[in-house]
Amino acid sequence: MTARAVESWTLQPLTDFVREASVRLVLLMTPAGQVLAQSGFSRAVDVMSAAALGAAIVASTGELAKQLRQAPFAALNHQGHRHGIFLSTFPIERGTVVVLAVYDLDVSSLGLVQLFYEQLATDLKAASPKGSVPKQVLAADFERELSESLNTLFGR
Amino acid sequence: MTGALDLITRVRGVRGAMLVSAEDGLVIAEQLMEGIKGTAVAALAANLAGRLRRAMEAAGIGASVFWHLQADQGTLLVVPAASGMLVVAVAEPDVNIGLVRLELLRAGEAAV
Repeated sequence: MTARAVESWTLQPLTDFVREASVRLVLLMTPAGQVLAQSGFSRAVDVMSAAALGAAIVASTGELAKQLRQAPFAALNHQGHRHGIFLSTFPIERGTVVVLAVYDLDVSSLGLVQLFYEQLATDLKAASPKGSVPKQVLAADFERELSESLNTLFGR
Repeated sequence: MTGALDLITRVRGVRGAMLVSAEDGLVIAEQLMEGIKGTAVAALAANLAGRLRRAMEAAGIGASVFWHLQADQGTLLVVPAASGMLVVAVAEPDVNIGLVRLELLRAGEAAV
C-alpha cells in the first residue's frame, strides 16, 4: 500500500501508522479539508469525497460540542459489520490536523487504531516544521490548490 | 468482574489482570501494577487473538482455550472467554502457570 504526501514531513509518521495499526485507508488533512497526505486511496475522487465528508463531520461535531458547552470531541468511531471509521483531531504548531482512518475489523480494531493514533500524533507533532506559517488557501485558488494536491497524491 | 480479577491477581507472581473485549481490543476491567501499559496490552492481545483464531480455523483444530507466551522478563497468559472477552494476565517468569490458568478459566466462565 502506497502512502503519498503533499507535506513531506507527514510521510514517515503516516507510513508507520499504516503498518502498525493495519489500517486500510488514511487521510491526513486540515479542518478545512486540505489534504496533507493519504494512504490506500486509489482514486482522486475518493480522496476529495472523504476529505469533504471528514471535514464536515469535524465541523458539525465541533459545533454540537459547542452547543452542549463541552470541549470538542476527542475522537469519533463508527463501527460497521466489516469496517470501522476513526476520526480525530490534534493540534500541531501550524494548526490542527485531522486524521481519518478506515480499518477492516478482520485485521485491526479500535483499540489498535487508538493505540497507534497516539503515536502518530506524537510523531507528527515532532516532525512538523517549527516556526513556519501554514499557507492559506484562498477561495479563488482552491481549485488549483486541490488539483495540485491530487496530482501530488496520485503521482500525475 | 473485578472480583474475578481479584482472584487472578492474588496468585503470587501475577503483576496484573484484565478483561478485554476481543472484538475491539478495549479494556473492560483491569487490575494492573504500575508500569504495565494496559491499553497497549489489550489492543495487541486482541489483535493477536484474532490472528490466532484464524490460524486455528485454517489448521482445522478448533478454537484456542489458553495461550501462554513466555518472555525473558515475564509471561503473558490469555484465556478467550465464550462471551467474546479475553481474560489476560501479566506475570513474573516463575509464576505458577497451572494456578493462574485455573483462575483465568474461572474468570472466563464468570464473565459469560
